[in-house]
Amino acid sequence: MKVHVDEERCQGHGRCYATAPEVFAPDEVGNGHELGDGVVAPELEDKARLAVANCPEQAITIEETS
Amino acid sequence: MGYHEPVTDWATDFDHTDEVWAADPYPIWDGLRRTCPMAHSARYGGVWLPTRHDDVAAIAYDTERFTSRSVVVTEFRPPLMLAPEGIAPPITSDPPFHKEARRLLLGVFSPQAVDKLEPSTRAYCEELVDKVQGRDVVDAAQEYAQHIPVRVIADMLGLPESDADVFRGFVNHVLEGVALPLEERAPGIAALFGYLQGHIEDHVAHPTDDLITHLLNSELDGQMLDPFHVVRTIGLLLLAGIDTTWSAIGASLWHLAGNPGDRERLVAEPELLPVAMEELLRAYAPVTMARLVKQDMDWNGCPMKAEEWVLLPFPSANRDPAAFGQADQVVIDREPNRHAAFGLGVHRCAGSHLARMELRVALEVWLAAFPVFHLADPEAVRWSGGQVRGPRTLPLKIGS
Repeated sequence: MKVHVDEERCQGHGRCYATAPEVFAPDEVGNGHELGDGVVAPELEDKARLAVANCPEQAITIEETS
Repeated sequence: MGYHEPVTDWATDFDHTDEVWAADPYPIWDGLRRTCPMAHSARYGGVWLPTRHDDVAAIAYDTERFTSRSVVVTEFRPPLMLAPEGIAPPITSDPPFHKEARRLLLGVFSPQAVDKLEPSTRAYCEELVDKVQGRDVVDAAQEYAQHIPVRVIADMLGLPESDADVFRGFVNHVLEGVALPLEERAPGIAALFGYLQGHIEDHVAHPTDDLITHLLNSELDGQMLDPFHVVRTIGLLLLAGIDTTWSAIGASLWHLAGNPGDRERLVAEPELLPVAMEELLRAYAPVTMARLVKQDMDWNGCPMKAEEWVLLPFPSANRDPAAFGQADQVVIDREPNRHAAFGLGVHRCAGSHLARMELRVALEVWLAAFPVFHLADPEAVRWSGGQVRGPRTLPLKIGS
């Protein structure tokens, strides 16, 4: 699976990178973005889904790649 | 409080400063959500009260039809000429100006910046628990929770810690005096800005590396930031940073004192605290924001008039069964938890990373020092009303 933070919707609550720091990281003002190309390692998928579900702005989309 | 007539009908005549609301607003919101999800009151010149998550969210997102020109419901509407900044930028600013004014603060309150403040916050919390060790009963609101955000924000701003009582006086006066007429509130508000003006002039003469100096050196639209903007932003940080975090720490301790199962679990599993803390923020979110209606309109069937208020009770949104399972229960290991305690949309609390750090450290230090504690006298607990709700008197019996 692949995740993407919509930068228009993200308001910097920080729930994604607090929940799944292996998948998301903050920029210099605290907005979240996916690390690298957003492809999530299989063993991190559950954590990434939880991070997506924790976002109060529902700013993160999941693309199922397989 | 006590200035207005008591409320007899919550659907048509509510008042968020009423003592019944302060003591326990959840049954009021739960009832309205079922029977009258957009309540209206003629008080304060007209106020709407959405109680459903989706309505609170829709209004928070709609910066076209609702303005943040004032976010605290009183009898007074600030003059339009204060735009685009408003009384306390950026919280009282609307897009597009809002984004630039907010950007000045976000770096200072980023997670990376907040991490650096954790050791001093922890040391201060430890100092506070050391002071009360050996006592039988401690007022956790007044002797613990209250002091933590005051100290942290004073350090950040570069204001003397010895003025802590002065700040708290301002905050109480401005935030808890909202039901009073403007002529009674004005001297306190003037005293706050007079105090800050003095410190800002001092920082202009003697720059340091604190937040006041940072703002004085900041540019907005290619111009140095107006010192008048600086004083109003600093006023905001004091007002927004103190009562709110004090409330969140106090409400969390109140919950744990009354729910020994949750307390014991956190003592046994300290690694659960970050998850538990989000649930305590959901269930006891301290902050209700407000907007003003820009123009007469029909909003989903509600005849809204220009200059009417709309309260945004994020704690009610967080208890909406349509958005959360077991919404009225604290589920200490709840996941996922997309609560809105820090607001939704462009005005998300700029200090949320700082608040979370303070809350986590305050609870860690307290639980390590006092793994067993109870409400000493449940009847003696007093909650603030208005738009920031938390325990203001919280006597806890520490030790078994």
